[in-house]
Amino acid sequence: MSVMAPERETSSDAYQQRALGFWLYLMSDAVIFALLFATYATMVANTDGGPSGKSLFSLSNAALETVLLLASSTTFGFASLSSRTGNRSAVLGWLLITFLLGLGFVGLEIREFLGMIRAGAGPDRSGFLSAFFTLVGTHGFHVSMGLTWILIMSGQVFLKGLSVPVTSRLFRLGLFWHFLDIAWVGIFSIVYLPGLL
Amino acid sequence: MFGKLTIEALPLYSAVALTGALVTVGGVLVVAVAITWLGAWRSLWTEWLTSVDHKRIGIMYIVLALVMLMRGFVDAIMMRAQQSMSLNSDGYLPPEHFDQIFSSHGTIMIFFMAMPFLTGLINIIMPLQIGTRDVAFPFLNSVSLWLTSAGAGLIMVSLVIGKFSTAGWTGYPPFSGIEYSPGVGVDYWIWALLISGVGSTLSGINFVVTILKRRAPGMGLMRMTPFTWTALCASLLMVFAFPALTVACVLLALDRLLGMHFFTNAHGGNMMNYPNLFWIWGHPEVYILILPAFGVFSEVVATFSKKRLFGYESLVYATAAIALLSFTVWLHHFFTMGSSANVNAFFGVATMVIAVPTGVKVFNWLLTMYRGRIDFHPAMLWTVGFVATFVIGGMTGVLLAMPPGDFLLHNTTFLVAHFHNMIIPGVLFGYLAGYMYWFPKAFGFALDRKWGARSFWCWVIGFLLAFMPLYALGFKGMPRRMEHYDDPSWQPYLLVASLGAFVVLLGIGCLVMQLYVSIRDRKATADVTGDPWDGRTLEWATSSPPPVYNFAVLPEIRDREPFLDMKERGVAYQRPAAYQDIELPRNSFVGVALGGLAFALGFAVVWHIWWLVVVCGLGMWVVLIARSSDDDTEYRLSAAEVARIEDARYRAMGSRT
Repeated sequence: MSVMAPERETSSDAYQQRALGFWLYLMSDAVIFALLFATYATMVANTDGGPSGKSLFSLSNAALETVLLLASSTTFGFASLSSRTGNRSAVLGWLLITFLLGLGFVGLEIREFLGMIRAGAGPDRSGFLSAFFTLVGTHGFHVSMGLTWILIMSGQVFLKGLSVPVTSRLFRLGLFWHFLDIAWVGIFSIVYLPGLL
Repeated sequence: MFGKLTIEALPLYSAVALTGALVTVGGVLVVAVAITWLGAWRSLWTEWLTSVDHKRIGIMYIVLALVMLMRGFVDAIMMRAQQSMSLNSDGYLPPEHFDQIFSSHGTIMIFFMAMPFLTGLINIIMPLQIGTRDVAFPFLNSVSLWLTSAGAGLIMVSLVIGKFSTAGWTGYPPFSGIEYSPGVGVDYWIWALLISGVGSTLSGINFVVTILKRRAPGMGLMRMTPFTWTALCASLLMVFAFPALTVACVLLALDRLLGMHFFTNAHGGNMMNYPNLFWIWGHPEVYILILPAFGVFSEVVATFSKKRLFGYESLVYATAAIALLSFTVWLHHFFTMGSSANVNAFFGVATMVIAVPTGVKVFNWLLTMYRGRIDFHPAMLWTVGFVATFVIGGMTGVLLAMPPGDFLLHNTTFLVAHFHNMIIPGVLFGYLAGYMYWFPKAFGFALDRKWGARSFWCWVIGFLLAFMPLYALGFKGMPRRMEHYDDPSWQPYLLVASLGAFVVLLGIGCLVMQLYVSIRDRKATADVTGDPWDGRTLEWATSSPPPVYNFAVLPEIRDREPFLDMKERGVAYQRPAAYQDIELPRNSFVGVALGGLAFALGFAVVWHIWWLVVVCGLGMWVVLIARSSDDDTEYRLSAAEVARIEDARYRAMGSRT
């Protein structure tokens, strides 16, 4: 990317536009989560005589998931800071740690889901469980997409270095990753805590 | 291997369905043969299908809209024919087929006629009006177009392979659930909506960023044209409302595919949640459709009255107020569901409040015309016809907004008449006004006025004949969507309505004639100046059709009507001293590829061909990842080339004047 002075002006405009566009996408995604939360709230009592959150949820599992995801947000923050100083290997290292923490989160969630399904509490058991699996699963799906994205961006950082387009993509990945944290805080406080208390 | 797909899926069960399938397949074949005969495949691919130029994408959107308008209208005339003859008889359509037709009519007209039409108009005009070279994300724009086309393709395929939904365009469960609709129809409906819905969300994001970030220097928010303002508000609604449709459709799909219980009768399902989710999207959608039409009317009325728009600021605030209020009224679509009186009252009052800013706009248009020198160009005819008929629809809307009144009129033909009264004069007349107003900008020659006026008169008379009787029938208690009936007093009204549909058919014929005559006479009506109507806004400052970069030099904006201001200051058409290189986005096949894969994915899910779902899903991923790693998506048009294009324009103008 060899650009002359007047053009850098326009290309920084282009990256600002991408950032705004990505914010708008996140807000639109937030509406999806909001409606899934609302759906869950209206269906939490529709257990159809089946198990409720009290017997299904494990506070330690949810707490461990929370720790992993929040920690991964922090380590992503370190990756962002390293990208500002242009330290490519530090960026790659922090991205790797973020990836592993995120993978651990998804692993715990899959284990929880499989355990529930084996116990006869799958998403087709009751309206409550449909809403639970869909809300939490949508978040888990987002995290999995984020993990794939982290892999792709690691590849780009490794192959292309911290060029302007790569750094701007890294910035948007960061927005996405932190957004998932916020969504998870909602899930923890609306799904797991009231379900167990 | 082919999931649920067998030879049984072909429509050999009824002559009418078979004819529909043959017409569809025949139509595709005729187009393919015509393109081959013209030897146009290569240029179609390189200059159109893979184009990321907002003007070309806009034109393709509108072509899609007009094709789907024909399809949706055939549905309409079939329903009218059935109801004309089905007094104490079966008519010519069996109930299941009739139900497919009203379902596809609504689905097509909203999602694949109105949405592409408005997205196309915004695409062609908005970037020109704000003085920019393209939308913020030209490639994403192409993806949106092809996702929308993929959805339209799924609807068309359902005519040939399998059947369409019988659950109406709103698809209410539990009827649309797997227990009562085990066929593939509802799945076609769900996946067409989901795929095109993603396209609409992306379009919304694209337009918002374009309008907020790419206006020419000097164009503050309060110097934007009314059309750009309505495009901004409609786009914001797309960003925030379409997720609700996505959620409603995904949950319904989960019920159908994975046996979940969101909307089922038993096992803790809550079917009343569905109308809430659906209309949280559906009501803002009404304003997504109509706000850009209001924008068109505001432009047309100022241009053809030769006056500045009356009360610009009030119109802008009214638009914003409507956009905000549109999220607060969704429950009025199901007052009869049984919410408490207070809840119904709240939504009833909120609904009536929306009539206030809309009324403000009617006065804006009327007072712009007042003492203007009105030129009754067809675009202006649509506008005047809209104001006169739309007010009727507004009043019946306020009637329906009262919950006690709604309890009597709910799901009668009164409701059908009301929303067609909003959507035909409000939305469609607006888009057709825009089509006739901006056609010379897009193609470089004007549409024939005589055939335009004929089309208008057929449409407005046909509309009144078709829907005024339905108001009366609603008062008489006729439910909507009836395949046959036994009350002889209804039939005369239904016959008049059929006559109306026939007159609208003449109106569509006039549109086709207008296009034919105008293309034939294009040399005589060529628009060399780029300003055929003595325009006031920026899109008229550039040539018709505009060059790929729109403006050789980005204009400085000093007024709310920038081009009129330039003409008055005598600086319009001034050749700048020098040109500069211009960076432009490269064409890309990725949009078409993603659209094609999305279409195949939707088809595969509908028929449970799981291996194909996996293949298409992975294919989309690979294409996206490859594209997202591409840093070289632009090319540079040299200053010399720009000068050559611009000088050719100046020469053409000079030879004419």
